Amino acid sequence: MENLLDIFVKSIFIDNMIFAYFLGMCSYLAVSKTVETSAGLGIAVIFVLGITVPLNFLLDKYVLKEGALVWLHASFKNVDLSFLSFIMFIAIIASMVQLVEMVVEKFAPALYTSLGIFLPLIAVNCAILGGSLFMQEREYNTLAEATTFGIGSGFGWFLAIIGIAAIREKIRYSKVPPALQGLGITFLATGLMGIAFMSFMGIKL
Amino acid sequence: MNKQKEPLFSKKNMKLITGPIGADNPITVLCLGVCSALAVTVKVEPAIIMAISVIVVTAFSNLIISLIRNTIPDRIRIIVQLVIVATLVIIVDQILKAYSPAVSKQLSVFVGLIITNCIIMGRIEAFALGNKPWPSFLDGIGNGLGYGIILIIVAFVREVLGAGTITIPGMGEFSVIPAAVYDAGYSDNGLMLLSPMALLVIGVIIWIQRSRNKNLIEHN
Repeated sequence: MENLLDIFVKSIFIDNMIFAYFLGMCSYLAVSKTVETSAGLGIAVIFVLGITVPLNFLLDKYVLKEGALVWLHASFKNVDLSFLSFIMFIAIIASMVQLVEMVVEKFAPALYTSLGIFLPLIAVNCAILGGSLFMQEREYNTLAEATTFGIGSGFGWFLAIIGIAAIREKIRYSKVPPALQGLGITFLATGLMGIAFMSFMGIKL
Repeated sequence: MNKQKEPLFSKKNMKLITGPIGADNPITVLCLGVCSALAVTVKVEPAIIMAISVIVVTAFSNLIISLIRNTIPDRIRIIVQLVIVATLVIIVDQILKAYSPAVSKQLSVFVGLIITNCIIMGRIEAFALGNKPWPSFLDGIGNGLGYGIILIIVAFVREVLGAGTITIPGMGEFSVIPAAVYDAGYSDNGLMLLSPMALLVIGVIIWIQRSRNKNLIEHN
């Protein structure tokens, strides 16, 4: 349990998707004009990461890793399919996003109207594929760990986009040099937020 | 369009390459592909290798998509595009693993993230789906170059100020700051090596570019 909490806090604050790895920057910069839409996208990211990371974990553990196919037949001991992981992960992500979109549309129309437009965007969000690739690289051992990592990183992304959207709403009332307006000032603000987030790095868990 | 008579490197085609380097730069103007870019800019070497990988992938994915653009059904085009890009990225990744394992380790997940790099999807959607193969190929190279140049500038600034060195692939590390400067009390600014500084450097690049080219300024 402690271990899970550890992974959760670490993935939110220390290994934050935006500030430590710059993942999902494109939608982060494009959608963060108001807090409301950013919250919608943020929730969608948590949701999709929470589903795809554990799924890809299972895929990696039982199909792709070297020797992962032993459960099928002992003679598959030396089969290593890990070179296929990019294409398998992106296929899982694209199809899951499609599936989630259809399920949400059918069973929760209210949620769909607020979340729906963001779901297709998410299939090509680097944070989602990044989540799966980091999961693979860091070699989490159990499904619970991988799920916690997925939800945690999604939550970190959510916090980051809410933060920048709030700042951008306020920036509109200040006098920014013309050449910095829009993209420039957003980069600078994100950089400063990133430095603030670095203070979490000293935390030993 | 009388494409047949047009020379391979006509003025219009050259513009496809030079445009993205300057006024249509994918990172600083169109705001594409920022995602997987910044974390590889601590040193010049991984930045150069990342830039080359992205150029290869954008150019060939544009070319392939453009060749089959009339046969892809519109509804499933995103998945077709993702599969083609993913295949190209797997090839690049395997080559990197085989020929420079150290850099491949340093780039870690960011090679894989080329798949979801918005430059590639963006250029396929915006250009390759509606143009002939050769211009699409050039457009891919141009955008890859525009991306790579920003990457290398950022990496250069960060490495020189942060570690006082420049690393060039195949040639090793050079110290660019003379020892006399260190003796006089100068020390490397370790802050530049931290990830948020990449964002600040890009912010400043955008600032400089937009103050020189007033057309690019956005108004809130």
